Amino acid sequence: MSTPHETPDTRGHGNGHRIGSLLAIVLTVIPFWLVMNGSPLSPGWTVATIFAFAIVQIIVHVVFFLHLDTRSEGGWTLLAFLFTAVIVILTIGGSVWVMYHLNANMMPMPDMGNGH
Amino acid sequence: MTDTLTKTVFGRLSLESLPFLHEPILLGTFIVVALLGLGLVGVVTKYKLWGYLWKEWFTSVDHKKIGIMYIILGIVMLLRGFSDALMMRAQQAIAFGDNPGYLPPHHYDQIFTAHGTIMIFFVAIPLVVGIVNFVMPLQIGARDVAFPFLNNLSFWLTVAGALLVMLSLFVGEFARTGWLSYAPLAGLQYSPDTGVDYYLWSLQIAGVGTTLSAINMVATVIKMRAPGMTMMKMPVFTWTALCSNVLAIAIFPALTAAFFLLLLDRYAGTHFFTNELGGAPMMYWNMVWIWGHPEVYVLVLPAFGIYSEITSTFTGKRLFGYSSMVYATVVITILSYLVWLHHFFTMGAGPTVNSFFGIATMVISIPTGAKIFNWLFTMYRGNIRFELPMMWVVAFMLTFTVGGMTGVLLAIPPADFVLHNSLFLVAHFHNVIIGGVVFALFAGMVYWFPKAFGFKLDDFWGKVAFWGWVIGYWVAWTPIYVVGLMGTTRRVNHFDDPSFQPYFVIAAIGAVIILVGILGFVMSILVGFLKRDQLKDTTGDPWEGRTLEWSTSSPPPAYNFAFTPVIHDLDAWYDMKSRGYARPTSGFRPIHMPKNTGAGVILSGLALVFGFAMIWYIWWLAALSFAGLFAVAVGHTFNFKRDYYIPAEEVAATEDKRTTLLAQGA
Repeated sequence: MSTPHETPDTRGHGNGHRIGSLLAIVLTVIPFWLVMNGSPLSPGWTVATIFAFAIVQIIVHVVFFLHLDTRSEGGWTLLAFLFTAVIVILTIGGSVWVMYHLNANMMPMPDMGNGH
Repeated sequence: MTDTLTKTVFGRLSLESLPFLHEPILLGTFIVVALLGLGLVGVVTKYKLWGYLWKEWFTSVDHKKIGIMYIILGIVMLLRGFSDALMMRAQQAIAFGDNPGYLPPHHYDQIFTAHGTIMIFFVAIPLVVGIVNFVMPLQIGARDVAFPFLNNLSFWLTVAGALLVMLSLFVGEFARTGWLSYAPLAGLQYSPDTGVDYYLWSLQIAGVGTTLSAINMVATVIKMRAPGMTMMKMPVFTWTALCSNVLAIAIFPALTAAFFLLLLDRYAGTHFFTNELGGAPMMYWNMVWIWGHPEVYVLVLPAFGIYSEITSTFTGKRLFGYSSMVYATVVITILSYLVWLHHFFTMGAGPTVNSFFGIATMVISIPTGAKIFNWLFTMYRGNIRFELPMMWVVAFMLTFTVGGMTGVLLAIPPADFVLHNSLFLVAHFHNVIIGGVVFALFAGMVYWFPKAFGFKLDDFWGKVAFWGWVIGYWVAWTPIYVVGLMGTTRRVNHFDDPSFQPYFVIAAIGAVIILVGILGFVMSILVGFLKRDQLKDTTGDPWEGRTLEWSTSSPPPAYNFAFTPVIHDLDAWYDMKSRGYARPTSGFRPIHMPKNTGAGVILSGLALVFGFAMIWYIWWLAALSFAGLFAVAVGHTFNFKRDYYIPAEEVAATEDKRTTLLAQGA
């Protein structure tokens, strides 16, 4: 572990930032192009592709800009990140699953969706 | 014209909002509380203690003092929460047939809501956080927590929440919606008065405190352990404190978000949880239980830690299966996050969802069972000393296993369809929370009391407390299990069928026996204080402890450890003792410590005013106090005089005093 007076080691980050920026731009431009230019894919596949790019984008940001790796803080940062990811996936995924079931099993109401 | 003016100045607050002016029960309570409060203020003023309290306690950032203040808050609120319980038991014991009882439904509903809310948020949480605060930094050989000011702020925010709940007794009303205030009942349409607003604002303010405290404790365990203490050399209590606080960080945002959306429904006219315009009240249940079930484990994991420490100390053995204990704790932490739906099996989820959550719930009993066997095997062939803390542990094992088994029963969805919302369920969770958490808190308070104050609690009255609680628990809750199994639902104010009355009378007698237990505990503190010279602990290690906190003096000095200890083994203090550790008596150096600050008290005071103003729609005051909150919070970041050094001479003087004390004892 580092002592408090040591300045953080910044060597190599410059290169990482350049690669990160490049990847981020590419990962933004492709989905943008897909939407703007009329995708050659079906709408379903377009959405799936955009989602896939978004997930890769998250990973690029976390690795190249937030410098998440197995070494920082003795691995605690990675562990905390993974724990957060698991919790968020469980919460959102679980809620969607549960609420979908509840919704599917409820009797439809006669005036549903026409407001008041 | 004057009407609009009054509305602008006082919001919806008026003389009508003071129910004690026309309700005799509340008037009596108000008079007693007012007299007690005035008496307390009088005593503090007479002995000129305000300065002392402010300088030494209220503004303190010392984790030990904050821990003690948390515990005092918990005990005071326990008395309030328990008087609610007594009132409910009395009502249900007499309200049969023609007798409507003495509490009208309107009042009764507020009482069961307040009882649940207070017991979880302002009794169990403060007591658990208090013990963790006091013990954990000492166990890992640290001088304070990672963020000392934040610790002080967390405590006072919890106090602000508690005060807001207490205020609802005399100004306006409390919620009548049950301890989790389910939507849509808690929405504006069905609960237009201030009750739910009191509930939401007090829990939001206290919730910020709990979240900050959890972050603080996790950072402390991860960053501030003494050299040599690897994760697998941490005492089990520290492990459970870590897992419990990790869990708290993960879940409290879900509760805060649910409450925030409900607040928007009530204040801004949104429709997140209403019945119309696309609102989804079930989403409220879903979010609240994503918090609610893991919260049980936030409370019970440190309780398991307390039992582990006590079992190992009083059997004079290393804990059986340390690593399996650690893994069981971690597994419970993860699994507790996968079971929330079992609180609403009956709400219409399909068989796949229900069986997933049912099985996940049953699986939790495996690591929990492993823990029980670890404690039993620790005791097996141990040299058991049946002192008070150990008695609590044994009572826990007998009581808690029954609660665990009824829990597994309830985890089966078809059984739950029958027992949902019944008194059987209520008996189950009181069984695990009293038998699991409350017994641990008493065990922990008896065990670490001499460390905190330098003398043991009185043993006779401690035993009265023990037998009162244990016998009282069984007498009070066994009949409730029985009537619950027969189909009696919870939250009922009056019964038609007189054949149930004997059960409720027995339950009421049980509650009175528990009252004896509570008073016994208070007496054990008072008598212990009076006999403090006889019960004095000069060694710092009154129970032949095994973990680091027992290496310090009782009470420990402000800096905890003059020299940071180096850890070689699990049960660090036992290891040090058996290797013939000699306490250093010279070569002290100045110790760097954080400085006291009043910012926590001021911020929480402003938060209290803000909450009150929002509840009563006093918008100008809300805006003003919020601006104040912001200004003080930002202002405090410019306070750079946050630390000081305890000079080496002072450290030497403190340590010399202990040397003489130890010499006298030997």
